[in-house]
Amino acid sequence: MTTAIHTEQTSPDVAGVDKHSGKDVLLKVRGLRKHFPIKSGFIFSREVAAVKAVDGLNFDIYRGETLGLVGESGCGKSTTGRTILQLHRATEGLVEYEGVELTTLKGNKLREMRREMQIIFQDPYASLNPRMTVQRIVAEPLLVHGIGDSKSREKRVADLLELVGLNPYFADRYPHEFSGGQRQRIGIARALALDPSFIVCDEPISALDVSIQAQVVNLLEQLQADLGLTYLFIAHDLSMVRHICDRVAVMYLGKIVELAESEELYTNPLHPYTQALLSAVPVPDPNVEDSRQRIILKGDLPSPANPPVGCNFNTRCPVAVDVCHELEPDLIEILPEHWVACHRVT
Amino acid sequence: MAESNESKPVQLIDDESISQKHSSPMGDALRQFRHNKASVVAFFVILFFLFMALTAGIWTQVGLLDHARGYRATHTINPTGWEGVDAWPDPGHCARDNLDRDEQWCAYLSPEEQLRFSDKCGRPDLTEEDLEQRQWCYLLGGDSQGKDWLSQTVYGSQVSLAVAVTGSTVSLIVGIIYGVISGYYGGRLDNVMMRFVDFLYGIPGLVIIILMQVYFREISREYSDSEGIVGFVVGLDKSMGGLFFLFIAIGLLSWIGMARLARGQVLSYREKEFVEAARAVGASDRRIIFVHLLPNVIGPLLVAETLAIPGYIFTEAFLSFIGLGVQPGVPSWGEMISRIRQQGGLFSNRHIVLVPSIALVALTLAFNFFGDGLRDALDPRLRGKV
Ligand SMILES: Nc1ncnc2c1ncn2[C@@H]1O[C@H](COP(=O)(O)OP(=O)(O)OP(=O)(O)O)[C@@H](O)[C@H]1O
Ligand SMILES: [Mg+2]
Repeated sequence: MTTAIHTEQTSPDVAGVDKHSGKDVLLKVRGLRKHFPIKSGFIFSREVAAVKAVDGLNFDIYRGETLGLVGESGCGKSTTGRTILQLHRATEGLVEYEGVELTTLKGNKLREMRREMQIIFQDPYASLNPRMTVQRIVAEPLLVHGIGDSKSREKRVADLLELVGLNPYFADRYPHEFSGGQRQRIGIARALALDPSFIVCDEPISALDVSIQAQVVNLLEQLQADLGLTYLFIAHDLSMVRHICDRVAVMYLGKIVELAESEELYTNPLHPYTQALLSAVPVPDPNVEDSRQRIILKGDLPSPANPPVGCNFNTRCPVAVDVCHELEPDLIEILPEHWVACHRVT
Repeated sequence: MAESNESKPVQLIDDESISQKHSSPMGDALRQFRHNKASVVAFFVILFFLFMALTAGIWTQVGLLDHARGYRATHTINPTGWEGVDAWPDPGHCARDNLDRDEQWCAYLSPEEQLRFSDKCGRPDLTEEDLEQRQWCYLLGGDSQGKDWLSQTVYGSQVSLAVAVTGSTVSLIVGIIYGVISGYYGGRLDNVMMRFVDFLYGIPGLVIIILMQVYFREISREYSDSEGIVGFVVGLDKSMGGLFFLFIAIGLLSWIGMARLARGQVLSYREKEFVEAARAVGASDRRIIFVHLLPNVIGPLLVAETLAIPGYIFTEAFLSFIGLGVQPGVPSWGEMISRIRQQGGLFSNRHIVLVPSIALVALTLAFNFFGDGLRDALDPRLRGKV
């Protein structure tokens, strides 16, 4: 079965079950674009160009799963996460959360939706206000939403800190007194304060020591199991997400080039970009490792302000043909639950 | 909130790595500041000036300072029938002329026909014993009109500090509001607001201030007795000894650098992830600005403002020196130096020139050292590295 998802196809089914898979769709992204204008001019500046950070994304996130989002630095992963959360407003396209369209929401309605969706950041140093105590940081979401009085908030903060493995005794300390891993836990506690169902994890472990990474990943997995969370897990390298994610989307220059279940993607990568990325991942088995062929991509990542015509991977693709320079490939379901955007894959 | 009961908490991570000693950003800054001896001294110098300026009136009453009105204003002696000065022709007069010379006093008959003396400071109604006990009267001498020079210097610090306080208050309030709005909301508004600041930045401030003071002087003369708002402002200025227009002239341009700095600071924090986190939970712009941005950007702004204060003080002293500052008769350091110069006392009475000059230098240096210490204390890069 091959079906292309287009923006127009946005089916009116409400918070419902996806037609193809029978899975429970929590979040639906259709034709999502985020362009950052490049302006120039003295006082009355005009838009002269745009950085196409996110350029037409279509995918679903199923309830309770972890969807990995992988790609090189600058390909638009963070922008995707932030645009879904309405931290950036989309230039175009739809984001539907349980049937509620978010991109046009404003004011209190949007604020209400924010209780459902939270974010965990990469940099544990920049993500906590250095002038606030842990207590205030973790309690802020509750305060903003007017939940509880100061007593009950204090209790809730203590519970949350315990939940993420921190001693509530230290709630009156400032962030600089904690280590990177501990700070990341504080950030997780803040994200959990409003009891969300969906969390964007923007490279939550990339900045941590390897020994701490496993701890934080385990914490995230345990929280997912206990609280029934859904994750969009952003990472810049494939090896990291393999055992965390149920499905993985590979991004290149603002577009998804391949989307499949983790095992399927690792064992049967179809897009030449995915193949190149995977060829760079070391394999634990020495026999396989010896025969591993690295595919070195030529050239640099093109500027997202001026992407190539046609398939935007064509400047670096080892198998590009004429059509790749003319037509943009659609994301097509080549195999069940395995989507690829490539003219050469059929 | 059920989840905390259901799930076994993950094993609590090592608590030992968190030091038992509590440290807050403010506490750390204070500790750091105390290490810097020069700025601690500077801090106390500023406090001292502030204290003297605020308590000048008390010292006058105690008699340590004699605020210069000779016996004219402060001394009403012998309540029975002696209302004021004008009824005393001789003693004051003879005292005034001889101030800079050696011990000099006047004898006269009081209304009760008793022999009374005035000392070289013009203090009347002294008995002979009083005169003998009194080895000095003015700590640092007097000017050619018989006014206590130290007293004038202390009162001059009121002017300097008033200018420092208003200049920095206007600059902080206007500059921060302007810069934060420009930086936080960004876009076209930012563009227009910053071009305006660039324009103001380009014009020579001192020239504008001088022209403004000349203009204000003219207005004062023209509208000195008129009604209405202009008359009110002119009257207000007069009652403040010319300080009101000085405040306007100095405050008008003082916020420009602050606005730029505040905007830059806000820009550097606006995209920080903790601000994004606040946005992600739905915090209002107001909350983000007041809870997340201002507490983080305020430190460097306060440092810059402290270092700008000597500029305001010098501007006032300079304007008063060239006669465009305070009104005549109001003691200000610049005006005092100018007065000595006009009276040709620059060489004959060096110590007298030195008094206001030293005060001026001490106060401005103190603000500079204090600002330096503040910067070291608030700079997060120099701190928190365990
Ligand atoms: N606020 C912004 N204004 C202008 N351009 C932006 C903005 N945010 C991101 N970009 C641009 O959009 C592109 C994608 O950025 P994004 O941060 O989403 O990449 P990323 O995949 O998360 O990279 P990384 O792995 O480095 O985090 C980049 O070219 C970046 O320069
Ligand atoms: Mg990123």
